[in-house]
Amino acid sequence: MKEYNPKEIRFIVNGKRVTVKAHPLTRLLDVLREDLKLTGVKEGCGEGECGACSVLLNGRLVNSCIIPVGSVDGMEVETIEGYRKSKKYSVIEDSFAEESAVQCGFCTPGFVMAAEALLSKNPAPTEAEIREGISGNLCRCTGYDPIVKGIKRASEKGKGLW
Amino acid sequence: MVEAGRAVKMYRPGTFREAVEIRAEYNTIPLAGGTDLMVKYRKPAGVLPFFTRPVEFIGHLNELKYTEKGIEVLRIGAGVNLSEILKNPDIPGSLKEAASQIAAPGIRNMATIGGNICNASPAGDMLPALYCLDASLLLAGKNGLREVLLSDFITGPGKNSLRGDELLKEIYFPLRHYDKIYYRKVGTRMANSLSRLSFTGLVKWNGKIISDIRIALGAVAPVVVRSREIEKEIIGRSSAEVSGITDEILLSYKKLLHPINDQRASAVYREQTALKILKEFLEHRIRL
Repeated sequence: MKEYNPKEIRFIVNGKRVTVKAHPLTRLLDVLREDLKLTGVKEGCGEGECGACSVLLNGRLVNSCIIPVGSVDGMEVETIEGYRKSKKYSVIEDSFAEESAVQCGFCTPGFVMAAEALLSKNPAPTEAEIREGISGNLCRCTGYDPIVKGIKRASEKGKGLW
Repeated sequence: MVEAGRAVKMYRPGTFREAVEIRAEYNTIPLAGGTDLMVKYRKPAGVLPFFTRPVEFIGHLNELKYTEKGIEVLRIGAGVNLSEILKNPDIPGSLKEAASQIAAPGIRNMATIGGNICNASPAGDMLPALYCLDASLLLAGKNGLREVLLSDFITGPGKNSLRGDELLKEIYFPLRHYDKIYYRKVGTRMANSLSRLSFTGLVKWNGKIISDIRIALGAVAPVVVRSREIEKEIIGRSSAEVSGITDEILLSYKKLLHPINDQRASAVYREQTALKILKEFLEHRIRL
């Protein structure tokens, strides 16, 4: 059986085709930050507990710190750098600002991606659904309430967008 | 820039058949969602995870992503992830309850039911529900298929009886209706915590008589605790009769609990809490 030893791993990041040279078990997080310089994707815990490295993989929320890059071969990744060009992002950005949902900001890209994953499935979530949607993301500054309110506000301001 | 670590050989089969051949030939570690393996073998940031054997990716294989509801049996492909389990109307509530409290959405989007089984952690949260459902597994090896009861498949903490040439293909169990489902997971935080212990109880009533009861406890012994003998003692009784023998039942289960002390909880905590949840179930949760 042929070994999977690609000289290049090809996938799509923020709408653009990319090819990277990396061992297939390299964490997607490392490839995004180090090879592609997408440093909006943060490393917090490195073991799937904190959600700072959250990205969308074929539209679904995932933790890029525990995904080997070889397993996303041919798939589509969206990071905060791609998402921030959208109208939906600016609604979330404004809503987070209005609710003071950002303090140090380290967790924010992950929360924004989790918010998008939630709203894309459920455009008018209840508070409980919002808390469930961001349950894999840790924030050590805000105490979560401002983030929950920020997402609620985004869902109202962005009505019809999702 | 990622260097160091160990660059093991990698495989990415195009079909399930190829995946089994690769497994047989190279004794690979199969990686589906990777949510347990990437943590188990992790190294510091920027260093390749330190896998000890060749790895084959199987998470992309659509052949493992199916659910088939027959008249009497439900079949779930090993590659179905936990988010898909939550969305699927054919999957029983007891499995959904367990899946809904595992990790968080981002991990449930990757983590597979097959992975949770093969990882064989005493704290694997899908296991108590699957034990209650009398789940069996379909294993594919180079010489064909083999069927095994889940409770025979898991042999100890992190240990299963998967042979070197085999991959888990499917989980299946008889479809039965239960009137009551009681699931409790005890962890440190709501999301992303590994269980200190977990409990699944299923009850079926025939009028005022219990016609079926299933009880399974996770993370209180090397493998999931389920006793058909004790269940038989309960079946055929009314709730008043069960109240009369609750202490005996608790004592019988106590003998089966062999919890450990670890960073998540002490053995004493695990035993006492398991028995309290069992008592709560028997006294207050079994009735319609």
